[in-house]
Formats: sequence, C-alpha cells, structure tokens
Amino acid sequence: MIARNRLTEIGVTRLIQLAGFSSIIFMGMILYFLLTEGVPALGEVSLRELFSSRWYPIEGFYGILPLITGSLMVTIGAMLIAVPFGLCAAVYISEVAPPRLAAVLKPLVEILAGLPSVVLGFLGIVILSPFLRRFLDLPTGLTAFTGSLLLGGIAIPTVISISEDALNNVPRSYREAARALGATGWQTIWGVTVPAARSGILTAVMLGVGRAMGETMAVMMVTGNAPVLPSSLGALFEPARTMTATIASEMGEVATGSEHYHVLFFIGIVLFLFSLVVNLIASRLVFRSKGRAERVLS
Amino acid sequence: MNHNDFNKLYPRRTGLLTPRNMEKAGYAGLTVLTILTVLPIIAVVIYILVQGAPAISPSFIFDMPRDGMRAGGIWPAIVGTIYLTVGTAIFSVPLGIGAAIYLAEYAPDNRVTQMIRIAIINLSGIPSVVYGLFGLGLFVLFLKFGSSILAASLTLSIMTLPVIISTTEEALRAVPHAFRVVSISLGATRWETIRRIVLPQALPGIVTGVILGLERAAGETAPILFTGAAFFLPRLPQSPLDPTMALPYHLFVISTQVPGMPVQIQYGTVLVLLVFVLGMNLIATWIRSRARARRQW
Amino acid sequence: MSLFEIYDLTVEYSDGTESLQGVTMNIEANEVTCLIGPAGGGKSTFLRVLNRLNDLADVKKVSGKVMFKDMNLLDPKIDVIDLRRRIGMVFARPLPLPLSLYENVAYGLRTAGERSKAKLDRAVEQALRQAQLWDEVYDRLDAPASRLSGGQQQRLCLARTLSLEPEVVLLDEPTSALDPISTAKIESSILELKERYTFIVAPHSIQQAGRIADHVAFFLQGELVEYQPASEIFTRPRDKRTEDYLQGRFG
Repeated sequence: MIARNRLTEIGVTRLIQLAGFSSIIFMGMILYFLLTEGVPALGEVSLRELFSSRWYPIEGFYGILPLITGSLMVTIGAMLIAVPFGLCAAVYISEVAPPRLAAVLKPLVEILAGLPSVVLGFLGIVILSPFLRRFLDLPTGLTAFTGSLLLGGIAIPTVISISEDALNNVPRSYREAARALGATGWQTIWGVTVPAARSGILTAVMLGVGRAMGETMAVMMVTGNAPVLPSSLGALFEPARTMTATIASEMGEVATGSEHYHVLFFIGIVLFLFSLVVNLIASRLVFRSKGRAERVLS
Repeated sequence: MNHNDFNKLYPRRTGLLTPRNMEKAGYAGLTVLTILTVLPIIAVVIYILVQGAPAISPSFIFDMPRDGMRAGGIWPAIVGTIYLTVGTAIFSVPLGIGAAIYLAEYAPDNRVTQMIRIAIINLSGIPSVVYGLFGLGLFVLFLKFGSSILAASLTLSIMTLPVIISTTEEALRAVPHAFRVVSISLGATRWETIRRIVLPQALPGIVTGVILGLERAAGETAPILFTGAAFFLPRLPQSPLDPTMALPYHLFVISTQVPGMPVQIQYGTVLVLLVFVLGMNLIATWIRSRARARRQW
Repeated sequence: MSLFEIYDLTVEYSDGTESLQGVTMNIEANEVTCLIGPAGGGKSTFLRVLNRLNDLADVKKVSGKVMFKDMNLLDPKIDVIDLRRRIGMVFARPLPLPLSLYENVAYGLRTAGERSKAKLDRAVEQALRQAQLWDEVYDRLDAPASRLSGGQQQRLCLARTLSLEPEVVLLDEPTSALDPISTAKIESSILELKERYTFIVAPHSIQQAGRIADHVAFFLQGELVEYQPASEIFTRPRDKRTEDYLQGRFG
C-alpha cells in the first residue's frame, strides 16, 4: 500500500516534470522544422534575389522585400491606431471610470479579444472596404489602410488589458502623494501614474505589435493581396500584401519540397524571428521592471 | 516663504486654463476616446445579430451545404469545429495543466525554469500561420498524419498551450500557501496535497482559462489551413485521419472564394461562429464570477 | 532515555532571518514542554525542525543532531511522510482546509490510505472529543469548516492533528488568535491528553506557560538561554536575561 503510493508519487512527479519541460521541447521542434524546410531556400534562390523587390513565384521571382514592407506598413498603421486608443481606454478604465462602469467595459474588451479574425475580415470586406472606397474615393477599398484599421482593432484589446494591469500595479501611495501635493487627478495620471507604469505599457505596445504582425486571416481578406514595394506614403491607400497572408494564400497550392515551398517556409523563419525579437524585448521589460521593484523593496 | 509670497510667485491661474478645467476637459476627452473604442464592438455584435438572425433555422444548422455552398446548411462546418475543439482539448488540457502544476508547485527558481518561462512567452507570440507551417512540417508530412483532424488538433493544441499554462498557473498560485503547509504537516505528499487540496480549489480558475484557450482555438483559421481544413466535403469526417470543414475556414471560403454567395448565408455563418465563440467566453466569465462568490478564503 | 535528544542544533536561513545556534536539550515523553522568548528568537524554527516542515522553507544550513528515539531527524534519508504522521503540528492561525468538518479531521487518515468508513467515523469522533469540540459540532459534520468560529476552528485543527494519534504534538502559539474560553478549552485538552501524547508548545504568553508547562525553555535570538522544570524557572531563574524577560523588562 505505502510502497504503491510512493510509486504513484514518483511516476506523477516525472509526468509533471515532462509536461513542464514540454514548452521548451515544442519551441525547439518549431525552430527545427522551420529551419529544415526553410533554409534549403537559400541554396535554391540567391540571397540577392530573395531580398529583391519582385514577388512573382509563377515566373520564379522570389523577392520577399515587398512582403516585409507590406507587413511593416500595415503593422505600423495598426499601432498608430491601437496605441492612442488602447492607452486612453486603459487609463480611463483604470483611473477615471467609476468601478461599476469599469466592470462593464472590461468584458466588452474581452469580447473584442475573442472575436475570430475571420469575422473581422468578413466585416472588413462587406462594410469597411466599400465605405472607405466611397468615402476616400479610391479605386478599391481593399488597401493597406483597411488592413491597418482592422489590425488596430485586433491589437487594441492586447494593449488595453496589459496597460491596464501595469496601471493597476502602480502603488496607491504614488497617487496619494501626488494628490497631497495639490496635483489634480489629470496631472497625477500623466505626471505620475503613467510614467510609473511605462515599462508595462511598453510591454503592452510590443505585444500589440506582435499580435498585429502575426495576424493572418483578416489582413489577407482586406489588403487586396498585391505584393508591391511601397514608393510613397500614398501606398497606404493601395493594395498590399503581408508575409502572413502570402504564406496562407500560397502554401495550399505549392508542391511539397519545391523552391516555392521552401521560400514560404523561409518567410516563416523571418516571421518567427520578428516575433522572437518582439517577445524578447517585451519579456525583458517585464523581468527588468520586476528586478527594479525588488531592489526598491529590499 | 509664507503663503502670500507663494501666491505672488505662483499666481493662481484664472480663466479657462485652470488645472480644474484641464482635468474636466481631459476626462471628457478620455471618455469620448473610450466610447469610440467600445461602441464599435457593441455595434458589430448587434449588427451581426440583426443581419444573421433571419438565416438561422433548423435546416441551416443541421443540413449539408448544397449548390456549391450557396444553399443548404452549414452542419459539417459546425461538427468540424466541435471535433477540432474537442481534439485540441484532449491534447492541450492535460499537458497545459501538467506544465502549470510544474511551474507553480515544483519548479525551482533557476535558469532552466526561466528558460521554460521564456519559451512559453515566445510560444504565445508566434504568429498563428507559423504554427500552420510547423503543423504541416511535423504532423502532416513528417509523421504522415496527412491533412486531418488529428494533425489540425495537434497544431491548435500547441498554439493553445501557453494560454492554458499561464491561466492555470495563476489559478494555482491564488490558492493560499498555508493549505499546502497544513496538508504536508498531516503527512500528505506533494502530489496528494495538489490532488486533494490545490487542484479542487483552483478548478474554477483552471476551467475558465481552459475555455478561454479553446475559444481562441475554435476561432482560428490560419493554423488549420494546411493541416486539416477542407474547402468542401460531401459527408461528415469518419475518422480522426479525415480532413474536416470548420466554421472559421468556411466563413473565409464563402466570403472570398465563392462568387455569387448569398449574403444571408454569410451573416448566418458569422452569427453561428460568434455564438459558438462568445458562448464559450460567457460560460468562462460565469464560472469565474460564481467561483469568486463561493470561495471560502 | 529522553524522547528527543538534541545536540548542538544550528539552523540558518538564506535570508538571514530567525535562526538557531548550538541548541542542546532533551525533551521528555508525556510532558508539556514550553518554549518561551521574544518573537524571532527561534521557537518556530525549532518546532519546524522536529517534523521537518523546514524542508518547505529556504534553509541555508542545518547542522547538529536531533535524535527522536533512535532516528536522527536531520538525516535527509528518513521517511518524512511517516515522521509527520508521528509528530503532528498545530499552527498559530486557525487553518481549516477548505473541506467539511469531517473531511478536515479525516484528512490525515485518508491520505495515509484508510478507507474503512467505520474506522474513520470512530477516529473523527474520538479526535473531536479529545479536542473538546464534539458536543458543539456532532450534528453538522458535513458543514464547511470555514463556517466555525475562530476558536472552534483551532480546536478542529487540534482534532485534525490528534486524529492520526501522533506520538508528539507541536503547537506554535495555538491560542494567539483565540478568545479566553477557547483558549481554556485547548489548555485543558493539553493537560488531559499529556498522558497519551507529548506536547511541545510555543505558548502565546508567559502566563500560559505557567498554567501548562512541565519544562520551560527560554530562547533568545536563536540561543537556548535556560532550560528548567517549570517550577524552577519561574521561581528561581538562573540567568539574568531569563529573569529580565519573565519580569517583563523586554520581549
């Protein structure tokens, strides 16, 4: 009886340890498969060709530059929308709104976070893009700008919830000290609370960037899918093509092991590296700010 | 410096730009921005309800699609999404809860643990379409599962894992440490303590996290594009090795790939997907608030 | 031979808090031994060494020898699960597990593998009677333990420890959060039960030590200053520091 219990204990402990390490294992496997399928592209297509500006796989042009700039353009546009709106909403929910209202607003933000991106993409096609075409008098409503608007909506919940956490973690005493010196609530927010929460807010922005950059379906549905290198700011109102959308729309039709197949995996590596950098910066910000708080406390 | 000097040096601002007025204006501005952020969400949900409701009928739900999906129902897509969600749960729930138990109850505070945490953070940030590539490489091609429910579920599982791990860990850590000390002092082992005290107390939080993770998996399209989603199938999948239709992919197909698609079917599909996903969200929120009210500590 | 024979016990924590330095003492069976002294003096640490709950804390160094019968408690290879069933502990705050009254008391036996309902019933009733709680709760054993008053909860915790019929019961300021009536009940339980168990108590006041102790040990900043029969230490303390403490000059 006792012996069997001890065996259960040892067995369960091993299983739990294995589960604990699984994340590292999966991370390694993802990297391995991306590399084995994507790196051969470098042997088949020269590096210069790969970073040229023409993406036309049917004729053997594999320049991923327009795809990278497409992703960047759409992401930056999205952040220009998501950061101000998201941050203001977070400040409002955490610092200004009466608790009852905040209790209603938070689940609403969660609903937005839970909307599948195809749903947003669908609404983008049937409502947003016809509206933009007429309103801005464009030849087509399927543009980088349309994608930015949708991606902004997708990144907003991330920005709100993480900034709000950061604001909530600012000690009450900071706010009380500012108020005691005669600052108004408004001055306290922008002079004390937001600066104190800045590393958390930066994390929120970084994770929002990651979310926008990695988004696939909504972007693929509304950006018009034209892999062109942007030449001016006007390109924002023309069709574009992101890395994610390229993989999603072309992977289904390529032959396994072909040049095109390897290049699509190579784009996957680029995306993986982008997300790695974004997340490492975000997590470093978290770890560093924690370290600072501990130093202050001890 | 007495108060009079102070007032001379720093005269009170009068007129419109007093700090009070600035505060009022600022708060008003914030309120407007927040309304602008939140209002579209409500509008979208209501709009979909209004547009989609007329399409909903028993035959829309339970029939197979006809006429190149331009008529009939969306039953195979609904069933497929249920299969994928359940399949994802089968793999990700035990693994995710196990990993969270490890991190909350066993992991020493060292470099390896920090590496695990960084791996989880990075897994949560990898674009969903890259998961699709990984699933294609590992499950579909290398393990030869083909484009199938199995391969798609496994892919979605790994994508869902970080959400389940982090919410479960949070729920475990919320259980007071004293319970563990008491249980151990009564001769219970670590695992007995977890099984008899910690897990039951953390259960509502864990269930909430699991549902939120699965909600995300249920609404995803990109990871299943090349691992198991089918454009159209004349019959329901017969085994885990068959490909399947799924609601989000079906919505993508009927809104971009099929010309002359009746708008009503599109909105009906959106509504069903939304009910599916937001229903899960609602259940999770309900479990969480009920558990908070009943908690004994 | 004494029940516990402790030589030169030294404990250091990683964060430098409460420690023990070179404690040497014997503890006799079927007595009430009280550990007194100001907070942070090492009483809790001492108690936690005896049932190895220190394993859960961030301990940097433990040395010396703690013999319990013929077992060295500092030996990492001993069966700590079995040890904790033989040496039970009651904590300062009432800490009922989030279970029913019945399941709280039966918890130790269930984890030990007891399945017989009849045996569990008998053990639960006996333990609750020993802790003088049975008459107040026998008709609502299925209610959540958190619904009891603080005093009742602490007696429940005592019953939970007694249900395993341990050889030794450690009590770490068990009445510090209780009303006088519950305190009296716990003290009288201890006095009644000392024929069956050995009690080692960190009392929450000197007066309490006076009411229940057979032997008293005075700990100051990790050092065992004086260890005497209760009658001796209260009337003729040998060390000046003990005298000062007993007279309330510090602490």
